[in-house]
Amino acid sequence: MTAAVVRRLLQAVMVMFAMTVIVFIAINVIGDPVDILISPDADQIERARVVQALGLDLPLWQQYLRFLWAALHGDLGESYVYNEPAIRVILQRLPATLELAISAILIAIVVGVPLGLYAGLRPDGILSRVIMTVSILGFSLPTFWVGLVLIMFFGVQLGWLPSGGRGQTAELFGVQWAFLTKDGLAHLILPAVNLALFDACLILRLTRAGVAEVLPLDFIKFARAKGLRETRVIGVHVSKNIMIPVVTIIGLEFGSIVAFSVVTESVFSWPGMGKLIIDSINVLDRPIITAYLMAIVAFFVMINLVVDLTYTALDPRVRLQGEGP
Amino acid sequence: MSVDTLPPPMPTEAEKGEEAPFRVLVRAFFRSPAAIVGFVLLTAIIGLALLAPFLAPQNPYDLNQLDIMDSRLPPGSQSMTGMIFWLGTDDQGRDMLSGIIYGLRISLGVGVSSALFAALFGASLGLLAAYVGGRTETAIMRIVDLQLSFPSILVALMILAFIGKGILNVVLALVIVEWATYARAARGTALVERRKEYMEAAESLAIPRWRILFVHLLPNCLPPLIVIATVQVARAISLEATLSFLGLGVPITEPSLGLLVANGYQYMLSGMTWISFYPGVALLITVVAINLVGDRLRDVLNPRGRE
Repeated sequence: MTAAVVRRLLQAVMVMFAMTVIVFIAINVIGDPVDILISPDADQIERARVVQALGLDLPLWQQYLRFLWAALHGDLGESYVYNEPAIRVILQRLPATLELAISAILIAIVVGVPLGLYAGLRPDGILSRVIMTVSILGFSLPTFWVGLVLIMFFGVQLGWLPSGGRGQTAELFGVQWAFLTKDGLAHLILPAVNLALFDACLILRLTRAGVAEVLPLDFIKFARAKGLRETRVIGVHVSKNIMIPVVTIIGLEFGSIVAFSVVTESVFSWPGMGKLIIDSINVLDRPIITAYLMAIVAFFVMINLVVDLTYTALDPRVRLQGEGP
Repeated sequence: MSVDTLPPPMPTEAEKGEEAPFRVLVRAFFRSPAAIVGFVLLTAIIGLALLAPFLAPQNPYDLNQLDIMDSRLPPGSQSMTGMIFWLGTDDQGRDMLSGIIYGLRISLGVGVSSALFAALFGASLGLLAAYVGGRTETAIMRIVDLQLSFPSILVALMILAFIGKGILNVVLALVIVEWATYARAARGTALVERRKEYMEAAESLAIPRWRILFVHLLPNCLPPLIVIATVQVARAISLEATLSFLGLGVPITEPSLGLLVANGYQYMLSGMTWISFYPGVALLITVVAINLVGDRLRDVLNPRGRE
């Protein structure tokens, strides 16, 4: 077990290392940052000064070593736009993204699990069929368009909810959060619902499939034969057994929700990491792009590591292998 | 019989039976009402996209046909020349209906071509992995696993951030995003297939490897790949729309449905909802139609799922 964990950790480090190479090479292909930084009528001396200050005149491998060395010290360059360390700019936006992602996951669970239970328990009911059809639609709908329709309906036509920005924030643990104020909460609802839609449908379908699988089994029949109340059969015996895949998928989907927040944040002008990266790509703010990519890769490597290790700990049938799937 | 003329082990003996398997499949496919709806919609959409220049009321790229006076008219309005804009116009005075029909072309084109290239590339690597085994297999499947652990939108975003926008760049990004799915599926099927007797027969005849791979193994691995390809086309279209909406996809001169939605976004808050809404509806119908067909194909082509 220990050997497997160490091997898995090493592998994670290798992936991170490979990513620094890929990101570095790719980032050097994007374009010349000097063109953006200096005014068009700057002379050659000024230009040479900037190039030297950024280390862009060094050979590529030397630039890479500088980059790697700095990255290991948590320094991924200074944003051209904000004139602040890139990693700090990103960390400042992290709470907004986390807040949005966690709200979305919560909504997805609160909506998905009960509806899935219902559809699984009454597979032939009309309401179940409606739920399942809507869930297919939820899979097919592109996130950004759903966001627009939400804005159109609740923001413009009805005027119930604000459709952009984060609203008022309040401080907790030294960080600003929107969900602590009434205004911020109102701003949070639409983007969170938008982001939750896909995963709500996913959880719904998983729950339904789980219920359909567990219901005909002997231990359920036995529980009923014992004369247990239906609420207890469903609340304890059924839910316990369907929770394993649901909990797994929630863990796995968290990363994907953070990734998709790029779209939702852009639609709702939510000032998180996702909107930051899109803005930065558009103005070629290389340090921010680099820092974002490194941060998100680290984040995913971590999630995958945790999921893998949890699997091994929980299920002895899953054996970690050094090579080969 | 010489080695090279050996017929590929396809359905030959079944053709002489009661009914060709293809006909059976077609009949099974159309037994589902949802599949019929999907098929009809998809045919109509493909027809619209192919025949856009003949069917669209206006050519949205021809500046001679546009009039800035017609801009941002609500659906059903009449132009100065008497033409009716059934779905309204955008900020350039373009007929939205025509814009959508032309946009469909680009969306479908990008979706289909990326799925096709990804299938070609991914399935080849998957087959190779299953057939050759050893280090090659490990290396290929490692990359597949690694890539599939990242969400597709993120990978596409990274690639486009590096190579910039443009139709070909989007297709390239989508191919890179999608190939891993095909590789995994192809390897899975091929691992099962290669243990079968016809493969043993082919190998014992010393047929060249590439021929075994592509003529004998590939056709028998096709059914699951076809199902995946259908679903992947829908995913590709949706992903392309998302990327274009974010401003990283197709260029403004060749607007896909996603870009049309993005163009209308700024007018949304002032109540001019049609500019964004209808391209989105077209996108939705396309994706749903493809998914309906894909779902049914999966049921029909998967022997275990057959009633």
